[in-house]
Amino acid sequence: MTAAIIKPATPLSLVTRRFLRHRLAVASAALLAVLAALSLAAPLFETWLALDANTVDLFNRFAPPSTDHPLGTDEAGRDVLLRLLYGGRVSLFVGISAALTAAILGTTIGLLSGYFGGALDAIFMRVTDGVIALPLLPLLIVLAALDLEKLGFSAAAAQSEGASLYRIVVIVALVGWTTVARLVRATALSLRERQFVLAAKAQGASAARIMAVHILPNLASPIIVATTLSVGNVILLESVLSFLGLGIQPPLPSWGNLLTNAQELIWDAPALAVYPGLAIFVTVIAFNFVGDGLQDALDPRSLERGRR
Amino acid sequence: MLRFLGERLVQSAAVLAVMSFVIFALIGLMPGDPVDLMISADPDLTSADIEKLREIYGLDRPVVERYGNWLWAALQGDFGFSRLFARPVFEVLIPALGHTLALLGISLTLALCIGLPLGIWAAVKPYSVRDYAVNLFAFAGISVPSFWLGLLLIIVFAVILGILPAGGLGTPGADGGWADKLIYLVLPAASLTLASVGGHTRYMRASMLETLRQDYIRTARAKGLTERRVVLGHALRNALIPVTTIVALDFGFLFSGALITETIFAYPGMGKLTYDAVMGNDFNLALVALLLATLVTLIGNILADLAYAWLDPRIGFEGKNQ
Repeated sequence: MTAAIIKPATPLSLVTRRFLRHRLAVASAALLAVLAALSLAAPLFETWLALDANTVDLFNRFAPPSTDHPLGTDEAGRDVLLRLLYGGRVSLFVGISAALTAAILGTTIGLLSGYFGGALDAIFMRVTDGVIALPLLPLLIVLAALDLEKLGFSAAAAQSEGASLYRIVVIVALVGWTTVARLVRATALSLRERQFVLAAKAQGASAARIMAVHILPNLASPIIVATTLSVGNVILLESVLSFLGLGIQPPLPSWGNLLTNAQELIWDAPALAVYPGLAIFVTVIAFNFVGDGLQDALDPRSLERGRR
Repeated sequence: MLRFLGERLVQSAAVLAVMSFVIFALIGLMPGDPVDLMISADPDLTSADIEKLREIYGLDRPVVERYGNWLWAALQGDFGFSRLFARPVFEVLIPALGHTLALLGISLTLALCIGLPLGIWAAVKPYSVRDYAVNLFAFAGISVPSFWLGLLLIIVFAVILGILPAGGLGTPGADGGWADKLIYLVLPAASLTLASVGGHTRYMRASMLETLRQDYIRTARAKGLTERRVVLGHALRNALIPVTTIVALDFGFLFSGALITETIFAYPGMGKLTYDAVMGNDFNLALVALLLATLVTLIGNILADLAYAWLDPRIGFEGKNQ
């Protein structure tokens, strides 16, 4: 027997150990880290390849892969690899920030609803039911087509490059908060009757303090899992909207709008349709695996109930 | 039961009414208005003329008043004309609705016929190689961008192999009957099926796994029943209850999700119509198409609740046992 000192397991180390057992999730997390690093390093690749992602070279359209252009060039002679990396920046940024915004919105609504109950709860939950009953994609298309100037934004702000980026984060968050809100409300509803909350109340803690210090930490697991899973969904939604020409506006590349031209060029350059879609697919499936692994790691009971 | 149904209908009508106003207001916020479109057709209009036109069409009124006028006309059956098709809105929508329902009917049937057996097959031997393989397939189905899948199908079957049409409703000019239409349905239906089969597989697997852990299943096994009878005769009926609910809920999702598939394959259904209407400033058509999509989603939700209570006698319609 080895004379190892058995350290007491902290909750975090238990979670880490359970997560590491989930091989696909670990591999996915590593893959996502690599993808993120590559995307962030896109300017470095530009220097190494001595290219610029937006340089149009009409004498060099649809070039096959070569040492100059590792994945070839597109219909305007731009380097496909660099456009993919820059697209990854945009798609990952939109996915993560919209999922986080939706999670914050959903947590706030769910927490207030579950803790205070009563009329506030009734109103919030009717609104949630209403939002869930909406036809998601057609509604997003209308929201993405809105004229920002009619909403009181200046023409310059409405047409700036960042506008299409932030607009998509906002509209996806506006329809995406319901899952987290329901989860949080259900848990908060049961937590507020627990003894440690009653004890805090008896000591005179304010409602805000009880929610922030006593209830919120207990909600971390379901929020983390739901948010991770929703990043994948957001990336899918962003790519669809951008593909339809309503999301991220070119010349800013995203994995979705890189595919917009792919359909027109499908007869000439089918390869161009493959890479961006593959990037979306791999990223989304990786986020789903990580979410699944986190669920098993953070909530061991879900293993017994069978992985969903 | 009737009271439950009544309550749900009233609730859904309220959601629909609120949505009709929200969508009306949102569409008013889209770029341009009907008069802008007239201006582009007649560059000689003076700004006084434009003011006058806006007044004639009531576009200078507040949004609540314009909505009131629209609602009053709509309640009398007048939903206005489609700008793109120059026909009453419903004359355009009804055939599109038929096309979408045909596409959805085929895809949903296929997805259920593949997904449910696959889910059961995986759940019977949890954590085995085949379970992992099925899980991987299901995850892939959930994660694949459906428009990309559509593009790949077009590349393989229309561009490289050239055996199936890349899009449309039927061979132009030729009236080949239903066989011709069916060929044009193959790729869109395959794409939509692949996009939804992953979800069905996972729901079925999780539900079957849960059911197989119940005491009455142990009893059935103890009686010496074959595994086949235990799973298909005893477990399946109960395991299908939550799946039915989710499938009904998903119907609304699938209905609006068909938008992408229809756009890729130029299939003239509700989704493509909605997209074209939004892009082409066809305000009347976009409004009614969106409301119709909301209505379908709401009906799906009601059916899900009804199915749940009807299939599982332990669940009452009032939230308590009957």
